[in-house]
Amino acid sequence: MILNETIETTPQQRRPGIFGWLLMTPMILWLVAFVVVPTAILLVYSFCQRDELGQVVYHFSWENYRRIFIDSDTGHFGTVYWTITLRSVIYAAFTTGVCLLLGYPVAWFIGRAPERRRNLLLTLVMIPFWTSFLVRTYAWITILSTDGLLNSFLQYTHLISEPFEMLYTPGAVVLGLIYNYLPFFILPVYGSIEKLDGSLIEASFDLGAGPLRTFQRVILPLTWPGIVAGILIVFIPAIGMFGITQLMGGGIKPTIGEVIQNQFLQARDWPFGAALGMTLVILFAAVYWFTARRQQTV
Amino acid sequence: MSSAAPARPRFRLPSGMRLVNGLCGGWTALIFVFLYVPILLLVVYSFNASDLAVVWTGFTFDWYTKLWHNGPLIDALENSLIIASITTLLSVLLGTSGAWLLHRYRFPMLKTLTTLVFVPMVIPEVIMGVSLMILFSVLENPLNNLLAHFTDSEFGPGFVTVIVAHTTFCFPFVLVAVQARLADVDPFLEEAALDLGATPSKAFLLVMVPFLLPAIVSGALLAFTLSMDEYIVTLFTTGPESQTLPLKVFGMARKGLDPSLNAISTVFILATVILVVLAEMVRKINR
Repeated sequence: MILNETIETTPQQRRPGIFGWLLMTPMILWLVAFVVVPTAILLVYSFCQRDELGQVVYHFSWENYRRIFIDSDTGHFGTVYWTITLRSVIYAAFTTGVCLLLGYPVAWFIGRAPERRRNLLLTLVMIPFWTSFLVRTYAWITILSTDGLLNSFLQYTHLISEPFEMLYTPGAVVLGLIYNYLPFFILPVYGSIEKLDGSLIEASFDLGAGPLRTFQRVILPLTWPGIVAGILIVFIPAIGMFGITQLMGGGIKPTIGEVIQNQFLQARDWPFGAALGMTLVILFAAVYWFTARRQQTV
Repeated sequence: MSSAAPARPRFRLPSGMRLVNGLCGGWTALIFVFLYVPILLLVVYSFNASDLAVVWTGFTFDWYTKLWHNGPLIDALENSLIIASITTLLSVLLGTSGAWLLHRYRFPMLKTLTTLVFVPMVIPEVIMGVSLMILFSVLENPLNNLLAHFTDSEFGPGFVTVIVAHTTFCFPFVLVAVQARLADVDPFLEEAALDLGATPSKAFLLVMVPFLLPAIVSGALLAFTLSMDEYIVTLFTTGPESQTLPLKVFGMARKGLDPSLNAISTVFILATVILVVLAEMVRKINR
């Protein structure tokens, strides 16, 4: 009894009472109903078929997954959907790589700047970060489109005689992705650089290491968690993103997100769309698993 | 070594490192040019009299007055504001109570629940969109059969589904913001309230909630912005009556150049700047 009393009065972290459970129920119900159940239904659908009317037939088969990976004519590995998935991954990986190269020095400069200037610089990163992706993407449409600013400028200066297609190219898609995701990459990396203890860098120099070696042996390992967070924040959404890719690519070379959207909203082959979605989920889980392991070893 | 002498001056980075810092500064300036020039061009051309969008023919507010008289667009804005407001309210309720319970209580499955909270934050929008779309369509018939006994209203894609979907990915952000604040809470703050005779619910509402208020406000700002800006999840869960502003603007942007879009963008940017300043003020209080 006395023991019980002491446990009761420990201020933090006890078992929930009635009030506790009452607070908890809405969130648990919400997460189960709108995260767990939908994902489970998505999984079930990915093994279903659809009839001629587009209705879902609950009949288990691997057919949808086969359609993604195996060509039905030749029976060999590789289909248009596989190509599209690969293209999306390459777009996303390229975007992430460029964000790393462009963003790391910026994050470094902001993170090591004096406190007052740091806040100003950070606000300057925050404004594009918070601006709607539609604004950021449309900004580039006005620049790149055939009657846009860049083409007009080049024609005006007689560098080109005819406008050429800059929008609706893979380059435009990747540029749109980089422009949109760069602030998202800078912020987490900045967070880890800001926390970096300057005396460790001094110690490294005191012990005779040059800038390159200090970066490689001290700075990089210590800011690695921020880099990983930045990579995940850019890479994962960039694979599934279809808003930016549709606007900048014009649907000519679609990404996997665009194909999934098409299966659900136009083609109405939900089971096949679900299988494409599940393929993405597995891909993401693999990326998370890989980075989690990597983080433990560093 | 002699460098251990107390009179040693403050450490100065070697010149190589200072050069690197200088180069990073120049690089940062270039990146800011890259980030801001497209946005500034948008703003400048929203005041251009020519509808050819490129040639500057004079200053005008026409595109803004046109926006104001664009009925469907204003309707979409209204829809977005309604959806974002209710989403924010629900997110604050779910997120604050959730952060509190994850911080305060220990029970089986706590770890599973903590992981589950992060899923909506990291899952790609397209997956969340389609999975909720399927859920709502599966629910539609049984729910309507049930509803028919009580009311005339019907369940279908519309405001309710969009709000549910938005709340699902917004409330974890409120939760995380509140959790961060809870991490530096004095554990005896609540205990003092309990000792002075408050019931647990009173202690929570009268002592903890005021303490957490700055975090709740910044979480709410985040939820509101995320909801206002969401395109993908909305696309899959919306109905004909609940077209939001991003859906409308996306449709316009697909068609190509339109000075009205420059004007909308400028309004968006202005709202963003106000919001960032507001969030910055809340963050200062938070400290």
